[in-house]
Amino acid sequence: MEFINQIINGLSTGSMYALVAIGYTMVYGIAKMINFAHGEIIMVGSYIAYVCLAFYGLPIPAAIIISMALTACLGIVTEKVAYKPLRGKGSLDILITAIGVSYLLQNIFLLLFSSSGRTFPNIIPAGNVNVGGLSATYITVITLVVTFICTGLLLLFINKTKIGKAMRAVSEDRQAAQLMGININTTISLTFAIGSGLGAIAGIIYGCKFSLINPYIGAMLGIKAFIAAVMGGIGSVPGAMAGGLMLGVAESLTISYISSDFSDAVVFGILIFVLLVKPAGLFGKNVREKV
Amino acid sequence: MLLKVDNLIVNYGMINAIKDISFEVEKGEIVALIGANGAGKTSTMHAISGLIPSKGTITFNNKEISKIPAHKIVAEGLAQVPEGRRIFASLTVADNILMGAYLRKDKEEIKKDRQHVYDLFPRLYERRHQLAGTLSGGEQQMLAMGRALMSKPKLLLMDEPSMGLSPILVNEIFDIIREVNKEGVTILLVEQNANKALQIADRAYVLETGKITIQGKASEVAANPLVKEAYLG
Repeated sequence: MEFINQIINGLSTGSMYALVAIGYTMVYGIAKMINFAHGEIIMVGSYIAYVCLAFYGLPIPAAIIISMALTACLGIVTEKVAYKPLRGKGSLDILITAIGVSYLLQNIFLLLFSSSGRTFPNIIPAGNVNVGGLSATYITVITLVVTFICTGLLLLFINKTKIGKAMRAVSEDRQAAQLMGININTTISLTFAIGSGLGAIAGIIYGCKFSLINPYIGAMLGIKAFIAAVMGGIGSVPGAMAGGLMLGVAESLTISYISSDFSDAVVFGILIFVLLVKPAGLFGKNVREKV
Repeated sequence: MLLKVDNLIVNYGMINAIKDISFEVEKGEIVALIGANGAGKTSTMHAISGLIPSKGTITFNNKEISKIPAHKIVAEGLAQVPEGRRIFASLTVADNILMGAYLRKDKEEIKKDRQHVYDLFPRLYERRHQLAGTLSGGEQQMLAMGRALMSKPKLLLMDEPSMGLSPILVNEIFDIIREVNKEGVTILLVEQNANKALQIADRAYVLETGKITIQGKASEVAANPLVKEAYLG
C-alpha cells in the first residue's frame, strides 16, 4: 500500500512537471526554440496568484484567472520583445537571450518581494482522501485532476479545432503553413500564451503543495520540466506528459526508498539513460535535417 | 493581366539567384517557366508567394503584392503547390484539405469545394482518414494540389509537380492541371520536365541562371533549337 501511495504522490508531482513541460514542448514545436525563461514565467504566475489572494483578498477563481491571463500576456510580450527580433538568427543567440530573460524576471521579483519566501495562502484545505488502504492529501488529488483536465482540453484543442490543427501545421512546416494563409506570428503568440497560462496553473499548484514561494522556485521546476520534455521527446505534447509523470514517480520512489538526497541524481540519471537509448526521446520522431 | 512581375531580383546573401526578370501571366493561361536545376525557378515562386524577400514589383490582379506577407497573399487568390509537395504529414488527408481552406468562412461552399477536390482525386476521398505522411508520392502531389485548390485561387503556382513521379502518374497529374485550368484557374507551372510542360502550356519562359533567355508561345519555344538541345534532348 505504501508503494502505491508513493506512486500516487509521484504522479501528482509529476503532473505538475507535465504542465510545465507542455509549455516547453509546445514552444519548441512551434517556435523551434527552447524558452529557458519558462520556469521564471511559472514563478511569476505563482506570485500573481499570491498577490491576488493575500494582498487583495480576491476569490480563488478570480485569482486563478487573473494569474493565467497576466502570465499568458507576459509570455506573449517576452516573445515579441526578446525572441522575435532574433528569429532566423542562430539558436545560440536565442538561448542566451532566454537565459537573460530568465535572470531578468528573477531579479525583478527579488526586488519586488525580496528573497525571503512568502507563505502561499491555503486555498486547498489540508486533509486526506482515503480509499481502501490508500491515502492521499487533497492537494495531491486535486493536482492530478486539474492536470488531467487541462491536458485533456489542450489535446482536444490541438487535435480537433481548426486553429489547433493550424498550430500543428506550423510546427511541421512553417512555409507551407504560410501558403495556407496561416499567420505565423499569431500562432507563435498563441503558443506562448497557452504555455504560459498552463505554467500559471503549475505555479499555483506549486504554491499550494509547498506553501512557500520565493523568486527562485522557477529555476529548479523549470529544469526538471525541461528534462521531462526532452525525455518525452521535445515537441510532443503526450511525450511531455509521459516524461513529467515518469519523472515525478521516479523522484517520489527515490525519496521514500533510497534517500531524498539522491532524487535529483536519479532524475538526471534517467535523462542520460533515455537519451542514450532513444536520443529523440520516448515519443520523439527522428528528425531528418533537410539538406 | 492577372500576374505581372517586373524587374524581380532575389538575393541570398551575396548570391544573386534571380537577376532582374520580368514576365506576365494572363487570365486563363497556362504559363510554363522551364529551366535546369538551380536556374532560380523555385526562388521565383517563393518570391511571388511572399515567402522570401525580393526586389522589384509583383502585381497580382491589379494589386502590388511584393510587400504583403505570405499569409495575406493567399487571401488575394494566389495559391502555391510547393516543390516537394510539403503536405502536413502528421495531419490526416481531410485535415490537410481543411488547412487549404484556412482563411475561408463560408462553410457550405467549403463543403462543396471539398467534394469537388474529392471528385478530382477519388483516391484522396478513399484515404481521407489516413495520415498524409502515409500516402504515396503521387497521392501526396494530388493532396498538395487539392489543398491549394481549397483556397479558391485565381492563380495557382505549381512548382515541379512531376518531380519523383512515374510517367503514368505524371500524365495523370498533367491531365488534372489541364482540367483545373479549364475550370477557370490560371496556372503558372515551373518544371524541369520541359517536354511535358510545353505540351500543356500556352506560353513559356526559359530561365537560365537567374535570367529569362527565351520566351514565347509554348509551341515556338518547343521548336527553338536551343531549347531542343538543352531541355528536350
